[in-house]
Amino acid sequence: MDETVKNTKPQKRLKPSSDAFKQVREAKIGLIRKLIAKARIKSPWLLHFDCGSCNGCDIETLACLTPVYDIERFGIINVGNPKHADILLVTGTVNHRNKKVLKKLYDQMPDPKVVVAIGACALSGGIFRECDNVVGGVDRVIPVDVFVPGCPGKPEAIIDGVILGLQKFVQKQKGAKDGD
Amino acid sequence: MAIEAEDTPLEQLMWKVVTLKEAGYRFLTLTALEVDEETAEIIYHFDINLQMKNLRVRFPKGTKIPSISPIYFAAFWAENEVIDLLGITFSGLKIDYHGTMYLDAEDKDTVKTPFCRYTFVKKEAE
Amino acid sequence: MVSTVIPFGPQHPVLPEPVHFKLKIEDEKVVDAIPAVGFVHRGLECLVAKKDFVQMTQVVERVCGICSAMHGMCYCMGIEEMMGIEIPKKAAFLRTVWTELHRIHSHLLWFGLYADAFGFESLFMQFWKIREKIMDINEATAGSRVIISVNVIGGVKRDISPEHRQWILSTLDEVEEALRDLEKVVYEDYTIRKRTVGIGVLSKEKAYELGASGPMARGSGIDIDARSLGYAAFPDLDWEPIVEYGGDCFARAKVRFREMLQSIGLVRQAFQKMPRDEEIAVKVTGRPEGEVITRVEQPRGECLYYLKGNGSKNLDRCRIRTPSFANFPPIMSMLIGCRLADVPVIILSMDPCISCTER
Repeated sequence: MDETVKNTKPQKRLKPSSDAFKQVREAKIGLIRKLIAKARIKSPWLLHFDCGSCNGCDIETLACLTPVYDIERFGIINVGNPKHADILLVTGTVNHRNKKVLKKLYDQMPDPKVVVAIGACALSGGIFRECDNVVGGVDRVIPVDVFVPGCPGKPEAIIDGVILGLQKFVQKQKGAKDGD
Repeated sequence: MAIEAEDTPLEQLMWKVVTLKEAGYRFLTLTALEVDEETAEIIYHFDINLQMKNLRVRFPKGTKIPSISPIYFAAFWAENEVIDLLGITFSGLKIDYHGTMYLDAEDKDTVKTPFCRYTFVKKEAE
Repeated sequence: MVSTVIPFGPQHPVLPEPVHFKLKIEDEKVVDAIPAVGFVHRGLECLVAKKDFVQMTQVVERVCGICSAMHGMCYCMGIEEMMGIEIPKKAAFLRTVWTELHRIHSHLLWFGLYADAFGFESLFMQFWKIREKIMDINEATAGSRVIISVNVIGGVKRDISPEHRQWILSTLDEVEEALRDLEKVVYEDYTIRKRTVGIGVLSKEKAYELGASGPMARGSGIDIDARSLGYAAFPDLDWEPIVEYGGDCFARAKVRFREMLQSIGLVRQAFQKMPRDEEIAVKVTGRPEGEVITRVEQPRGECLYYLKGNGSKNLDRCRIRTPSFANFPPIMSMLIGCRLADVPVIILSMDPCISCTER
């Protein structure tokens, strides 16, 4: 009986004010931060907003989710809530009414975030840039990181654009960490 | 070539629309365009069994047109668009967006009515 | 009873496009629904002043990316009628082939979004997987998956070679087989029936009075299809409008499913009856003058174009009335009296294309 009960010395509890305690705590928080940072890059969540598009670029974006192109195997999910999202995909031109919605969505997303503008209309207004109600491309309202051309942009190009956006994400995360 | 459209004076518009409704026509849409500096026109398109009937109404710019939405409710949607895009006003609209269907009130000065090449008579400020 | 006003949209995970509804709710039932549109309004009808009548074909195709070839066809038909041009028979058959393929891909897209609206994500993936076969046909024959730009004034730009013809027919056989497999799920699955049968009922009289068109009208028993007007190759093909009498979301889904199978048959007929050696376009000279009205049957309903020319290279007016524009008043009447959880399903059963509505 006595052999089974191991004679272990109880661990000495560190005092919260001591330096050793603070070091251990910082190391644990650092590990969690690295895990989250890696998860963001390895499995970013998308928010897709159609800003005024003819639907061509939208259905190509949705086609990326479907079994032939399948970005879900990379862990990318299309979410509806801006507070859950890392990447904002915008299609279509900006007009006077939806520029306010676009700005609100961008402001609600938490940092760090990446904006990808898809299609000729989101870049500069496309074929409609001379229309009266059109303000122009998406970069008139919010800062854009990646531009994907095409009318409409093909799914392969959209996936390339998202991957390029993820590389920018890494830089932004590094920048945020240095600034902390 | 021109389409077959019955020229209708503005006073007879409502009466003709009521007769078409009783004959079983369905409302397709209306087209509004400007003819020259002084006049605009609206063409109403109706249909029964894929046979079309059109009514053409010409009027000087600035006139208030009677809305046909009490007779054909679906017309309110097309008439509100015409208010936004050509600045023509209607009386008796069932649901009236007052020109804010496509544009918010604060943006109205930045975007002029795009389909009128000539200057348009502005309605009196309330 | 407490009444609240709930905003539905403009950014909503169910509908890919921005549209806003102000729903007045009393105790879970919708009492009033007012739409607020304008998020997609580009005002492209004013581009007639800046682009000439040949360039407008490209503008008009981008009204909606899903039915783009039909917009192009309707516009070209209008200009051809104004200028008195008659296109070769082969071009009419080719236009029919591409537009019926558009109808199949549009309905498959709609079925996918519809299944996603009540949470049936695996069915959404199945339908879009089948749709990719049609996209491959588009890309191989016309060069682009979505906006195919094959219509020109006077005919079409490209021909379909005999090898492509064989390949298209065998691909359509595969599509038909896959659809027959899914037919049982769409018609008899318990969950789908519970969420669609008896929901969003539109009676025949109301549909006629409010000007519904397309599957909205044919699902309520109105026997109207603009293909009966006899444009393109339809006078030579053997078909009938598809009508259901339920008036609810289930009936509209049935209409669309049967139309897909019918369109596969129409493409096969078109290939059989197409003249083999002929030109695909005629030369066009002159400027359009006068006014004309053309109508085609798009996947969502009847689309009307009013074109007015004055003899110069710019048109005077190009008025587009799309079927989604006409289907908005019926939607408002269908939403009144329904429960809040059924609102996305009812709005989707109309197949809203907001960019068509607002142009």
